[in-house]
Amino acid sequence: MLAHLSQFNITEALFGGALIGVSAVILLLFAGRIAGACGIAFSLINPAVSNQGWRLMFIVGTVLGGFLAHQMTEVPVPNAPTSNLLLLILGGFLTGFGSKLGNGCTSGHGICGIARLSPRSIISTLTFMLAGFVFVIVLRHGLGVI
Amino acid sequence: MNSAQKVSLTSLIVGLMFGAGLAISGMTDVTKVQNFLDPLGNWDITLAFVMIGALAVALPCFHFVLKKSKPKYDDKFHMPSATKVDKKLLIGAMLFGAGWAMVGICPGPAFASLSYGYWQTLVFIAAMFVGAHVSRKLLD
Repeated sequence: MLAHLSQFNITEALFGGALIGVSAVILLLFAGRIAGACGIAFSLINPAVSNQGWRLMFIVGTVLGGFLAHQMTEVPVPNAPTSNLLLLILGGFLTGFGSKLGNGCTSGHGICGIARLSPRSIISTLTFMLAGFVFVIVLRHGLGVI
Repeated sequence: MNSAQKVSLTSLIVGLMFGAGLAISGMTDVTKVQNFLDPLGNWDITLAFVMIGALAVALPCFHFVLKKSKPKYDDKFHMPSATKVDKKLLIGAMLFGAGWAMVGICPGPAFASLSYGYWQTLVFIAAMFVGAHVSRKLLD
């Protein structure tokens, strides 16, 4: 299976990953904040959270950054999600519900949390990766729905 | 510029880099994500290099940044206070992983791929906010 490796885009993955890493370091160094997409986004719909300006700017930046990346590089715009409506709704719901319950997602736990060697984040990342494997295997090879 | 404005401007620039990084790395490509999560199929491990690239930068830098007494534009670092590995963390991570698998989108890439103009992304984001809202209501 590793023979497939060359057809994929390791350089882009490493470069894009480094960019994500640099962005997290800048936010920590200047604002003292963790660059976790779900924590930032979900605070925006929580009336108990004050100081929303920087959070809104982060999300606006993320949307624009995703747009500009394809204008400024050769990386093609990916295809639309192929999951059916039920999976889109259920997948979105569980992604939001789970990351709120577990205090973080791929960026918050997977990058920032591991970078500060938080045991919670390391265990969270291993758990959601494992759950991801199990669910793709069940949904694709078991049920054939994705 | 006051410090709140400086934080907001920093955050906009950080968001731009974050969104671009997600798009360039392949994290907004749902097929790639689902193939990454599929060791029994046409396993594409490229996305592991996203984490390697990010941590190669963030691990050493966080170590030095967190030695400082405070960030540049604020009085203190806003670090998560929870330290215990509890049921909420584990169940949350499991459900999050399940949702990620179903569509191939996690929260950051959901926003970074908004400009692609797919209605599926909008449905996913709306459902994601509902899920987060319900979760918070249950926690309160």
